[in-house]
Amino acid sequence: MSTLAATWHWLTDPAHWSGDDGVRHRLLQHLVLTVVCLFLSCLIALPVALVLGHLGKGGALAVNISNVGRAVPTFAVLVLLLLTPVGRWGEGPTVVALVLFAVPPLLTNAYVGMREVDRGVVQAARGMGMTGRQMLLRVELPLALPMVLNGVRIAAVQLVATATIAALAGGGGLGRIITAGFNLASTPQVVAGALLVAVFALVVEGVFEIAERMAPGWVRGGR
Amino acid sequence: MTAPPDDCLARNEWICGAYLSTRRQILLDAVVQHLQLTSLSVLIGLLIALPLAVLARRWGWAAGPVLAVTTILYTIPSLAMFSLLLPLYGLSATLVVAGLVLYSLTLLVRNLLAGLRAVPQETRQAARGLGYGPIRLLLAVELPLALPAAMAGLRIATVSAVSLVTVGAIVGFGGLGNLIYAGMNTYFKAQVLTASVLCVLIAVAADLLLLGVQRLITPWTRAGRARAPAGRKGPRMRVSRARAGRV
Repeated sequence: MSTLAATWHWLTDPAHWSGDDGVRHRLLQHLVLTVVCLFLSCLIALPVALVLGHLGKGGALAVNISNVGRAVPTFAVLVLLLLTPVGRWGEGPTVVALVLFAVPPLLTNAYVGMREVDRGVVQAARGMGMTGRQMLLRVELPLALPMVLNGVRIAAVQLVATATIAALAGGGGLGRIITAGFNLASTPQVVAGALLVAVFALVVEGVFEIAERMAPGWVRGGR
Repeated sequence: MTAPPDDCLARNEWICGAYLSTRRQILLDAVVQHLQLTSLSVLIGLLIALPLAVLARRWGWAAGPVLAVTTILYTIPSLAMFSLLLPLYGLSATLVVAGLVLYSLTLLVRNLLAGLRAVPQETRQAARGLGYGPIRLLLAVELPLALPAAMAGLRIATVSAVSLVTVGAIVGFGGLGNLIYAGMNTYFKAQVLTASVLCVLIAVAADLLLLGVQRLITPWTRAGRARAPAGRKGPRMRVSRARAGRV
C-alpha cells in the first residue's frame, strides 16, 4: 500500500511540522479555537438552560433547537458568514459558527438534566424554605450535573469537527492540512491531515471518557 | 453578461428572483444529486445496520465491540472521514456515500439495538409459546416492536446525512454543497443562500416524510393518548449520546 508509506513519509518529515502552515501551528490553532469556543458556548448556553430548566419554561425550545442544529449544514453557515461583514475578521466566521453549533447540545442536555431532577427532592427543598436561587445552585444543579457535563462532552466533539470544516471556508485549524492537500492533489497529505484530525477528535473524546471514569460518583450520576 | 442596471444578480443581492429563474437547471441537478447521495447512503446504512443490530442482540458479547466501533467512527469529523477514504475510492460519489454510510451506521445500530432490547421478555416468550421460530419471531414480533426507536434513529440519520452531503463538495460530489463551494469562491451571495435554504428544506421535508411513514406503519402507537415522537423517551443515555449533531 504505497499511499500508507507516502502518508508515513509526510508525517515523519520535520519540514511539515514547523512554520505557519506546519502541523504544530495548526494543531495549536485547532486546540485554541476549540477551548475558547467551548468556554464561550458554555457561558452563553448554560445560564440560559439552567434558569429555564429551573423555571420549567421553554422546554419545546430546548428540545427542538438540537433538531434544528442538525438540519442546518455547518459548511453552509460558514460560507454564509464568510460573505457577511463578519467575514472581514480573520477567524470571525469560524468562531461564530463554532459557538452556534456548540450551543444546542449544551442547552438541550442542561435543560433536560434540570427537568429530570426528582420533583420530590425539589419540593422537599422548597419545604425546607430554600429560595429559588438556593434550590437552583444547591439542589437542582448538583443533581443535573451528569447531564450538563454530557452536554459539554458532546459540544466539545462537535467543536473539533466544526473547526475542521472551517478550513473549507478558509479558517485555521488542522483541516487546513487536508484542504491544502486537496489543492496540491497530494493524497498523502490529505490522508495525513485526516489522520491527525481523527486522532485529535478521538483524544478529546478519550480525555472526557477518562475524566468521567475518574470523577467521583455524584458527578457520574446514574451512568 | 449584459445585465440591466437594476438586475439583482449584478448587484449581488442575497435574495434574487432572477437567480432562481436563470439557474433553474443547475439548482435542479444539484438537488437531484443531493437526494441521490443522501437516500443511497441511508439505505445502504440501514441494510448493514439491521444485521449488525440483530447479531448484537442475539450475542450479547458482540454488542460492546459493535457499539464501540460505530461510536469511534462517529467521532471522526466528516472532512477527515472523506479524506481517509480517498485512497480507497478516489474523487468519486462513492467516496461520499461510503463516508455517509459509516456515519448513519452509528445512529441506526444504536437505535435499532435499543428498540430490540426494549421488547418485553414476556412478549418474546408468548410468541415462542405460540410456536414462533427465531426468524418469524424476529420478523413478526421483535422488529415491529422496535420500529418506533428504529424510525427515530432513521430520522436523525437522514437529517444528518442531508446536511453532511454538503461537505462532499471537497471532492466535487456535494449536491447543493457544490453550489455553496462555488459561490464561496466567487462571492455569489444569491447562490450560497439559495443552496443553503434548499438544504434545510430538504432536511425538514425528509424528516416530516419519515415521521408520516412512521405513523402509517406503527398504527398501534397512536392508540390512546397522543404521545411524543419516539426517541424522546426510553433509556436516557442511549438516546442522548446519539443526539449530538454531526459535522
